[in-house]
Amino acid sequence: MMCVAGAAVLPDDRADLFWSSYKGGGMDITGESVLVRKKFSENFALEANYFIDKVSGASIDVLSQASVIKDERKQKTLSLDYIHDKTQYNLSYTNSTERDYISNTTHFSLSQDMFGDLTTVTLGFTDSRNKVGENNGGTNTPKIEWLGHATSRSYEGGLSQILTKNLIAGATVEIITDQGLLSNPYRSIRYLVDPSINPLGYALGSQVYPNTHTSTAAEVRAKYYLPYRAAASVSYRYFSDTWGIRANTIELGYTQPVSNKWIFEGRLRHYSQNSATFYSDLFPFANSQNFEARDQNLAALTNNTIDGKVTWAFAPSGFLIFKRATASFDVTRIQFKYGDFRNIKDFNVTPAGGGYQPGTEPLYGFDAMVYQVYISMFF
Amino acid sequence: MRKSAMLAVVGAGLLLGACSIQPWVKPYERDRLADPIMAWDRDAISAGYLDHIYESREGSRGATGTAGGGCGCN
Repeated sequence: MMCVAGAAVLPDDRADLFWSSYKGGGMDITGESVLVRKKFSENFALEANYFIDKVSGASIDVLSQASVIKDERKQKTLSLDYIHDKTQYNLSYTNSTERDYISNTTHFSLSQDMFGDLTTVTLGFTDSRNKVGENNGGTNTPKIEWLGHATSRSYEGGLSQILTKNLIAGATVEIITDQGLLSNPYRSIRYLVDPSINPLGYALGSQVYPNTHTSTAAEVRAKYYLPYRAAASVSYRYFSDTWGIRANTIELGYTQPVSNKWIFEGRLRHYSQNSATFYSDLFPFANSQNFEARDQNLAALTNNTIDGKVTWAFAPSGFLIFKRATASFDVTRIQFKYGDFRNIKDFNVTPAGGGYQPGTEPLYGFDAMVYQVYISMFF
Repeated sequence: MRKSAMLAVVGAGLLLGACSIQPWVKPYERDRLADPIMAWDRDAISAGYLDHIYESREGSRGATGTAGGGCGCN
């Protein structure tokens, strides 16, 4: 581009300490993370992030097989940013390791400012290689059986556009293709059997997924600066895939700073999806179709999120080597409701289980609470 | 052939257009847009963490601007 100068700049150096807690649907997860980002010149910046998730408990479709799970996920990311004139390049590598799942992800993207810096176009490519296993041992004596591999490739295009002095808008399209072992080994289908075989009237069996999956997601968003120094945002995402899932996500956000010390934020999110074509809560008999799933992620579901966050600039003028420092506290409540996934953990045909015939048990739903606390220091 | 010729014309038009388009929001008028409250995601760890929560529990994924790994199988 040969037009006006005004090169892009790298964001401030920063260090973050992060702690999180997730409770809901039988799972208890705590997360800890540290992130450091440092510029080595006006053109180069390096970012390192370490994240550790500690999981105890299991979601309902795993619990229904009476296994209790304790696991850790360690994720390490190294990311390099390079800016040349109006183009920003990013290369990152992420390794995520659980006892029964190893994932290596490489990401490359480039962003170009154009049209007097009113427009930024981004193109991205991500390659992810995953090794999938199953723990057939106990919680403290794991016995991992490696079942296979899954690979994933993502192609992303984005546009960010300044529309007025107060309004910025953006659009992103991402196409992801997967290949390999794509089912979750801990989740099972259930199918009807004669009560003489199982008094509950159903049995559990292995899921069978297609070996390929392609999805397309498109998001549009806008953020508006209100006259009294506050911001309002809206976004909408449409998703569709080759497994028959169509999903809609709408999100509203509001940001209100108070003096130069506080920022209050609120967010509402609504999500809905229909079920995959090969999903059923209860199949009529074993192997009744080529592909069979009863993974709650592939069921018809809606969820609603309400999120509140406060950021306190406890050192707005800085200290030691830091220009400024903030502490943030975020509380999120997510309500999940399923349209065709039934609660077979608490209800069944027995008197103690409420006397529900298979396929008539109450639909499943749960509330999750997420807490995040973090300190960010900019230098 | 016809398609690639059309693409070349459109591409050339965009490149030339970039020079002729005058920014209707001047650099000195972008102080509000540069305010940190106007950033899409101010905190990368938090945004990535929430995306991982949603991706592990929903059938959909992508177009959120954050990348991560892992399965969230349990």
